[in-house]
This record gives sequence, structure tokens and C-alpha cells, in this order.
Amino acid sequence: MSAASLPRMRTTWIVVGAFVALVIVLAVGLRLNPSEVPSPLIGKPAPQFELPVLQDPHKSFSGKEMLGKVWLLNVWASWCVSCRDEHPVLVEYAKDRGVPIYGLDYKDKRADALQWLRDFGDPYRLSVSDADGRVGINFGVYGVPETYLIDKRGIIRYKRIGPVSSELMERKILPMMRELERE
Amino acid sequence: MSRLLVLLAMLLVSAVAWAKEAPPAAADPAIEARMLALASQLRCLVCQNESLAASNADLAADLREEIREMMRQGKSDKQIVAFLVARYGDFVLYKPPLMASTVLLWFGPLLLLLAGGYALFRRIRRRSGAPGPELSAAERARAARLLESPGDPETP
Amino acid sequence: MIPEIGQFALSLALAVALAQAILPLAGAARGDAAWMAIARPAARVQFALLALAFACLTYSFVANDFSVAYVAEHSNTSLPLVYRITGVWGGHEGSMLLWTTLLAAWMFAVTLFSGHLPEDMVARVLGVMGIVSAGFLAFILFTSDPFTRLLPAPPNGRDLNPLLQDPGMVAHPPMLYMGYVGFSVAFAFAIAALLSGRLDAAWARWSRPWTLVAWMFLTLGIALGSAWAYYVLGWGGWWFWDPVENASFMPWLVGTALIHSLAVTEKRGSFRSWTVLLAICAFALSLLGTFLVRSGVLTSVHAFAVDPRRGVFILILFAALVGSSLVLYAARTARIGLGGSFDVVSRESSLLANNVLLTVAAASVLLGTLYPLALDALGAGKISVGPPYFDAVFVPLMAPAVFLMGVGPLARWKRASLPELAVLLRWALAVSVACGVLLPLVLGRWSPMIGLGLALAVWVVATSVVTLRERLRHASSAASAWARLRSTPRAWYGMFLAHLGIAVFIVGVTMDKGYESQKDVRMQAGDTVELSGYTFRMIGISKVQGPNFTATQAQIEITRGGRPVANLYPQRRIYTVQQMPMTDAAINAGLFRHLYVTLGDPLNATTWIVRVQVRPFVSWIWLGCLVMAIGGLLSATDRRYRVAAAIRRAGAAEIAVAQAAR
Repeated sequence: MSAASLPRMRTTWIVVGAFVALVIVLAVGLRLNPSEVPSPLIGKPAPQFELPVLQDPHKSFSGKEMLGKVWLLNVWASWCVSCRDEHPVLVEYAKDRGVPIYGLDYKDKRADALQWLRDFGDPYRLSVSDADGRVGINFGVYGVPETYLIDKRGIIRYKRIGPVSSELMERKILPMMRELERE
Repeated sequence: MSRLLVLLAMLLVSAVAWAKEAPPAAADPAIEARMLALASQLRCLVCQNESLAASNADLAADLREEIREMMRQGKSDKQIVAFLVARYGDFVLYKPPLMASTVLLWFGPLLLLLAGGYALFRRIRRRSGAPGPELSAAERARAARLLESPGDPETP
Repeated sequence: MIPEIGQFALSLALAVALAQAILPLAGAARGDAAWMAIARPAARVQFALLALAFACLTYSFVANDFSVAYVAEHSNTSLPLVYRITGVWGGHEGSMLLWTTLLAAWMFAVTLFSGHLPEDMVARVLGVMGIVSAGFLAFILFTSDPFTRLLPAPPNGRDLNPLLQDPGMVAHPPMLYMGYVGFSVAFAFAIAALLSGRLDAAWARWSRPWTLVAWMFLTLGIALGSAWAYYVLGWGGWWFWDPVENASFMPWLVGTALIHSLAVTEKRGSFRSWTVLLAICAFALSLLGTFLVRSGVLTSVHAFAVDPRRGVFILILFAALVGSSLVLYAARTARIGLGGSFDVVSRESSLLANNVLLTVAAASVLLGTLYPLALDALGAGKISVGPPYFDAVFVPLMAPAVFLMGVGPLARWKRASLPELAVLLRWALAVSVACGVLLPLVLGRWSPMIGLGLALAVWVVATSVVTLRERLRHASSAASAWARLRSTPRAWYGMFLAHLGIAVFIVGVTMDKGYESQKDVRMQAGDTVELSGYTFRMIGISKVQGPNFTATQAQIEITRGGRPVANLYPQRRIYTVQQMPMTDAAINAGLFRHLYVTLGDPLNATTWIVRVQVRPFVSWIWLGCLVMAIGGLLSATDRRYRVAAAIRRAGAAEIAVAQAAR
């Protein structure tokens, strides 16, 4: 019997070990957000775009013009409810701290968008309208609002999915921007 | 009776004359079928538990249009999938690609089966031939007693 | 007042559960009969208290008491009465209450049908179930109280999710939970056997009927959920490999392995430690399912409102219950004997091989379900694992299992002869291979999957026929054949039916996947579309007012060769309270095909997108599950499980008579 029970003891401890591993994975999993998908574009050049400026559709604006600068691209829309949550934060940091924020007005009606900016304030150096959402798709946008941090070489360094908070600005985005300015 | 039949026949004829075969919903059914087949293997990012083919989300509709457009341009399924993965990551693939981090996923079931088969083989080899310990007579008697007799403490 | 009574009943139930968890187990360890005797009354009181709490919550729903937060979240005055009642389990808190109430119901059943068991066994079984119950009652009271007040009360509730306003909601969750929770009985028997050190054939015989009934409920619960998804989601899918579906499927696979392994342990005394492990795993997977659904670690269509505290609590409960069971198992397993020996070719071997396949299948589903989570936890990227993976993994594992299913019942215990088996099975094999090759050609399209599916289904039927013929081989006349059939135990018929159920299921899946057809068209009144010989004509579109929704409804007349078949009325509904749009598909269900019509988006005032589908044999999928469940029930009610109970009843009656005479 002792001979027979040896391999069985081994199997048993394999089972117990597998169970412990399972519990650890689940415990770590509890602290993760399953619906947040990291962008594969981080560390890659931001997609090229050339879009009409929201305020003046005869003019167009291209991402290339921003080469040599560190800037934020904020994807927003007048129909987006949580954009309203982050908007005061953007306004505050654009006005008081001079953070360069550019807007991508995603799948929106021009009149609605302009009205929205009049109602809630305009934090953007400039907004472009992506009426059919094609540029949004190139950026891998899947939930408005999204915010991209782009460096001097036009490379995406950070992406936030969902509203930006002042805490995130202070803790993550501003330090990164300062760091990138120095490069 | 016959008048009724005539009336019915007329109704039928008129209905037939009035009816037309409904056109397919998609402009190009062949591309539509190909698009749906591909999109059903891809995950929608907005409502994450639906496929791109089944989702009603706005983004899913846009992406389906994007796929149709690429198909019209003659892109292959592979190219289209690469386009989406470049933007949204491997997350969009319901069938994860084989790479270093998914080796265990793809070969795990096979390994488990081999391990199970090996354990089974050892077990059977050990159990066969040798006159293994049958239920002892005492064990059998106890089992029989417990099962068949009204030997529970509730009865006197 | 009523909600407070409910809350008080829950608190009392927790106290009783704690007593039931501690005293009988301690009593059994010390041999103290008085402490052991507490188990039964405690379980019964607990059931009464939980039934009371459940009734209180139901009352709050029926009476539209929106001062109860849970009712305000999940009901509305315009909600029809039946959905106000089923709304009780429409959210997290109420469904947990249903979970524990059903657990108490199972404990109550154990108190009723355990008269033939030794008292220490009963004490241990109910003690273990008391621990489980106490854990979940604490979970409800500390993190998910359904009776919390919302003051001031809102004038109206936020309504039940329209997806849940469906007859499927009446039966699916209770059945599924009966299955999940039912495995706690098998689990408790296994732990009790480990504690007492008496892991024998008697133990297997006692826990077998409980396991079979739990398995039957789980089978029905999963089938109902699948049928519900098929008609309610509007595009006719019936299985998505969603994490929550997987959470119910894993215990089913392990439970299926368990009922087979129990049979060997009962008949031959073999596989004892393996059977115990399966019993622990089946319940552990039920618990894991509860964790996955309610903790928010995975995204799922069955999303409950997520609160991180809940996840932590269930994870601790899961780790404690399953971890201690496994440690107990590890400590005791060396002492378990090996049981009867058997040969390479024998019924034991074939059942053991099937067990390996079922367990590996369950482990693979677990791997696929948790792999994205594990990668994410390691920071190695985000991936999705979906239907293409599971289909690829599952078919190669299940095909040999189904093949063995045909061999097992014909092989003798202990030692079977391979040549003899080959002679018995050669016709079955020839017929099924021929069917796999030829039938798809007759049906119009051949593909390897269709061929394999049909061959396996025919294989199961053919081997069942051979098995039946073997039973009757020595019958000389019709009368003696009849006598043989009558003397055949119900458990055998149960096995026979359940295996046929698998064949029916495989036919359903194969035919539906292989030959379904669909068209998306633009229709206006008068337009027709042809599909698989059926003509669908749109008669017209109208507005319909439901009790709590408004709908646009199309009338689609279906004919075949000029003969009327059916009129279908697919709808697009807007539920007024949540302003949520819903597609209500219309189905003409037949035994051999479903005609499935969905109303899509309007293109203009008169033209609509319409999807028509012809789904051959699709109802066989659920019919097969029903047949399997009936097989399970038949086995569970086998005479040899009832004999002991009948003896007990007779004994009890004698006491009653004796007492009356005194």
C-alpha cells in the first residue's frame, strides 16, 4: 500500500498546488479592470490625420504640425456623458497651467459640438472634427473620452481610456509631460 | 362555393402580382457574408461579450463598414485582421494567436490529456493482473448491514 | 416591517447555521449523540427561516415596496405580477438569497431522506452543509443585504432589466441554482466520508441519488438558459462560451464524471479517492462560478452590479472551503484502499478513460476561461479567448468520449474480452461510419464535422440497441423478454436514456450548425423571401401596446408550396421605464425545424430589415438535454436507493403504531 500511495500523494499535492495558484490568480484579478484594453499604439507613431478644424471647417489641421511638441490629444463628443465629467479638469489645466490640449471631436454634429463648447468652456488650443469616426478608428478609440499623450517625435507615450481626473493629471500626465519636454 | 373559390383565386393572383421578391439587405451579399464570417471571430470592444458581427454598438457598425470597405478594395481577411490588431491589440481576436504567452493556452489541453492518459495507463497497469485488495469480507458485511437492514438508531 | 422580519430571519438563520456547523461535527468527533442529534432540527429550522426571509422579499416585490433599495432597483409598478415575483432573483442580492434558500431546501431534503444512514454520517453531512450555509448567509448579511432600506422611498422603481422580463427567468435561475447547490450534498457526503474515514461502497451508494438529482437540475438549468438565449437575444445563437456559461458548464462536466465514477465505486469499490476528489471539484467549480459571476473579474453578459468587497468575501470563502477540503483529502487519501482490480479491457477502464476525458475537457474550459485573467495578472497583455478556441479544443476531447460511451455499457466489469466486444460492436461501427459518410450526401452538403457528428450520434443509438439486445439475449420467448425488461433496474434505463439524450443532442447541434440557412432582406408589405423551400411574406407592420412597452410588430406569413405554415409576429419593443430597445424574435417551432424571424432596423417609413432563418433540428439540442435529465431522474429513483428508505418508513410506522397502542 505504501508503494501505491506514493504517486498518489504526489498527485494530491499537485492538485493542492494548482488550487493555490488558482486562488492567487483570482486574488490578483480582483484588482484589475477587465474592460480596460491597453492600446497597442503606445510607443508607436500616432496615426497621421488631416481633418477640418471645428471652428473653421475651411481650414484643416494635421498631426504633423505638432512635431517637436509634447501635447495631449483628447477625444470628445457632445453626446458623450462622461466627457462632461472630465471637462472642468481639462478647462482648469488648459487655462491655469497652459497644458496644450487638442481636441478630436468624434462622430459629432458641428453645431452641437460648438454649442457644447460654448456651454461648458473650450479648453482646446484647437479641435478637429472627425465626423465619420475614421481617424478615431485609426487611433483605436473605443470609448469616448480618451486622451493620448504624444511626444516630440509624434509617438504615443500614454493613453487614458475614460475621464481624466485632476489626480491623474498631477500623478501621471504632468510628470510624464515634463519628462518628455526634457528629451 | 365556386364563387368563393374564384374570389380566393383572384385574391391570390392579385397578391402574387403585387408581391416582389425582397432585395437583400446588403448591397453586396457576397461581401456581406464574408464580412459576417470574419466579424463573428472578432470581439466588440464596447460591449465586450458580443462579437463584432452581433453587436449593436455604434463602433461595431463603423468597424463592420470599415471591413466591408477593405473587402471591396480587395484586401484579404489576414490584412483586415492585421489592421484591427494594430489598432486594438490582440484583444479583438476571439481566437488568440499562438505566441510565447499563449503556448500554454493552446497546448494546455493536450498536456492535460497526456498527463491524464499517463496517469490512467499507470493506474490500469498497476491494477490489472495483480490480485488487488478486493473489499474485505468485513467491509462487505458492513456495507450490506448499513444498506439493507433497518439498523438506524431511530428504530428500536 | 416586513423587510425587517426578513432581515431578522436571515440573522437568526445565520446563528442556527453556525450551531449546525459546529455542534454536530464536534458531536460526531466525540461520539456525543445529543450533539449529533442537533443536526436535523437545526437544518429544518434554518429552512423555515430562509423560506420566511424569501417570502418577505417576495412580498416586498409584490407590494411594490420601493423603500427597500433592492426592490427599487429591480422593479416597477408597471411590471406584470409574474415578473415582480421572478424579479426577486433578478439581481445580485436576491439571487444570493435564492441560492441560500435552495441550499436550505437541500438540507431539509437530507433530513427527510436520511433515516437509513448512521447518525454520525447525518451529523457530519449536515454539519458540512451548515458550514457552507453559514458562509453564504454571512456573505449576504455583510455585503449583499437584500432588505436594506432606501429612505425616503422613491415614488417608483427603476424596473427589471427588460432582458429578464421573460418566461425563461421563471425557471432558468432556480433550476441552475438547484444544480449548483445540489452538488453541495455530494460534497458534504464526501467530506463526511473523509472525516469518518469510511470511504466505502455504502458511501457511494448513499451519495449517488443526491448527485444524480443535482446533475439533473444542472442539466435542465443549462438547457433552459441556452434556449432562453436562443430566442431572447434575437439572432438565434444558443451557446457563446461566455465566462458565465462556462461557469455552469464546468461543474456539469465534472458532475458527469462524478456520477460515472460513483457507479464504479458503488459496484466495485474502485476509484474511491478519485471519486472523492471529483465530488470536491464539482462543488468547488460551482463556487468558482459564483465567484466569477459576482466579483467582476471577467466581463460577461450576465454582469451583476460589482462591489469589490463581495469579490474578496467570496474568494476567501471559496479558498477556505475548498482549500480545507483539499488538505483534508491530502491527509486522508493515503489511507484509502484501492478497491477491486480490473483489466486493461474492462468496464472500469472505459469509465476511467471517459472520466479522464471529461475532466480534461472541464480543465480546458477552465484554462480558456481564466487564461486572459492570468495573463493580465502577470502583466503579459490582454487577450480574448472565445468560441473558436473552445470549439477547437472541445470536439477532439468529446469525440473519443462519445465513442467510449458506446463501448462502456457493453464491456464486462473487471475483465472484458476485446474480440468479443469487437464482434458485438462491428455492425454498430459499420452502420455509424456508413451514416457519417452517406447521410450528409443525401442531405445535400458534406463536411468533416457533419460527418463526424452524425456518425457519433448513430454510434450511440446503434450501441444502445446492441446493449438492449444483449440484455435480452437469453430470453427464449416474448414473455421472458418482457420479464427481463421488467426486472432490469431503473438505473440501467436511466443510463440508457441519458446516453440516447446525448445522441439527440449531437443530432441537434450537427444538423443546426451544418444546415441552418438565413437571409437578411429589406421588406415592405407584400414582399416575399424564399428560404429552404419556405416563402416568408410580410403582410404588414403595426404598432402594439404592451403592459410596460410599446412595440412595432410585423406580420409575416409563411407558406410552403402554397400551403400555409404559420403567421409570425416579430417585434421591436421599447420598454417605457428604462427606454431600452429590445428585439423580440418570432419562432415557429417544429420538431424538425424552427422558422425564426427577427425584425431589424427600419430603413424608411415602410421598409424594414428582416432576418429570416430556417434552423433544422435545432429543438433537438434542448430535447436531448431533457432526455438526459429524465435519465438522471430515473436513475436517482432506482429501487435500491428506495429500499432502505421504505424500510425506514415501515420502521417509523411501527413505532407510531406501538406508541398509539401504549
